[in-house]
Amino acid sequence: MPASDGPAPHLQALYQELILDHYRRPRNQGALEHPDAAIERRNPSCGDIIRLQVAFEDGVVRALRFAGQGCAISQASASMMTQVLQGKPREEVERLSRRFTAMIGGDADAATDRSLGDLRALAGVARLPSRHGCALLAWKALADALARQG
Amino acid sequence: MTPLVGREAFPLLAAHPELVYLDSAATAQKPRAVLDAIREFYEHDYANPHRGAYALSVRATDRYQDARERVARFFGVADPDTLIFTRGTTESLNLVALAWGRAAVGAGDEIVVTAAEHHANFVPWQQLALERGARLRVCELTADGHIDLDHLQSLLGARTRVVAFHHVSNVLGTIAPVREIAAMARAAGAVSVCDGAQAAPHLRVDVDALEVDFYAASGHKMCGPMGIGVLVGRRAVLEAMPPWLTGGDMIEFVHDEHSTWNVLPHRLEAGTPNVAGAVGLAAAVDFLESVDMDAVRAHERGLLRAAYERLAAIEGVRIHGPGADERSGVLSFGVADIHPHDLATILDARHVCIRAGHHCAQPLMRRLGEPATARASFYLYNDASDIDALVAGIATARELFGHAGV
Repeated sequence: MPASDGPAPHLQALYQELILDHYRRPRNQGALEHPDAAIERRNPSCGDIIRLQVAFEDGVVRALRFAGQGCAISQASASMMTQVLQGKPREEVERLSRRFTAMIGGDADAATDRSLGDLRALAGVARLPSRHGCALLAWKALADALARQG
Repeated sequence: MTPLVGREAFPLLAAHPELVYLDSAATAQKPRAVLDAIREFYEHDYANPHRGAYALSVRATDRYQDARERVARFFGVADPDTLIFTRGTTESLNLVALAWGRAAVGAGDEIVVTAAEHHANFVPWQQLALERGARLRVCELTADGHIDLDHLQSLLGARTRVVAFHHVSNVLGTIAPVREIAAMARAAGAVSVCDGAQAAPHLRVDVDALEVDFYAASGHKMCGPMGIGVLVGRRAVLEAMPPWLTGGDMIEFVHDEHSTWNVLPHRLEAGTPNVAGAVGLAAAVDFLESVDMDAVRAHERGLLRAAYERLAAIEGVRIHGPGADERSGVLSFGVADIHPHDLATILDARHVCIRAGHHCAQPLMRRLGEPATARASFYLYNDASDIDALVAGIATARELFGHAGV
């Protein structure tokens, strides 16, 4: 096998240790005993699946759990999303969701928003249009859950 | 190994020398001869065929009929009127399920498909079964991905109306014994429907000799334009079928209360036909025959052997399906815990185009135990350097994912 001449820098930034760690050891994986919303979202073009469960309490997203199957980007995005959002008031969850979506859409300002925490590691997806759906899959499930809660 | 036909014959590949195109099973790049034929038709012979009382329309009609005869010869079809132009394999197979199937399949009847069918040859039958109250039976595969003929035989019975199967699997590349399966179906009194989308671009296909009732293929996978495909049917079965789309060209006479139908092939081709597509497909089969289909097969076999050997030597690579000599065109695989979409993105950064996903074959993916696979597919413009690029790209992916040893 010929030696690799090295991955492109933007891919090195994307497939960094943090993302691969969330892909291989997803946080908040599993199911809640009494979820207020349980959403399944699939990406029909690639078969990725996210099952997201949310428990609300007094306007706060008290707990998030997910189960899924898919690429490193979709699974790491879901894992980091649950980590960042758990315990946050609903308005803050909605704001962060907008910021994350803007970052994936290429908003450079959002990509430096410290409140997104580890999620900023996914900023590189912005330049891979074919992967936007992967990064946003869990967030679409979250939007469904919030809409269902009303 | 050099390309069978150089990249200079394919304008897109010539304009993008960096591109390593390994997705021909999805669609093939176009030779200049095909693009020229389409342009020439629009510039010199373009009008609506069949209706014109003027010379130009007659020319357009002639071009369409010439294309039908030319494509029929390529497919080994003696009676060109039994070759129906469609939008592609998906439309061809839906045509059979909707026109023939609705008339011939009733409650309690059985429809047999295989576990390796593309959704285009699975879902129309599944939906027909649901609609008619028929039973869909799925023929399983052998361990290396071939249609299990013993299982198939055990599924055939007095209620079997149709056996729908692939000629070449779009995931595994396995080549089915079409003649034998058609004979098994016939012996059971069932109609045979063969999806030839992955076979027609790569193998010499003689539909009359295969003795299937229906054979479907897509133009765009065999160097022709998108939006044109064929359905070849046995005349007696086609003539017994009710029309599926109604409208212009397909009628004989329209009374206020009812209508009568035109003869084949027109009765199954309602509306203004895709003449430019047919002309392009005719140019594509001219091109393929000038190269020679046996040479195409031999070239791909060489590429498949080389690719199989080199991929199999990479730690963590799982190749799905049989050995290189038992397959045509495609190689599906997985690499360690690297998801095929991540692999495709990493390869794309090196201009290597592969397909990643379920390949419109979810029943097969479930049986492989993989949610998705990566698929590299080869055609006459590929050469050994494309395999080098694929292997180097996989090495990069392994490096990024921390699978050392490069």
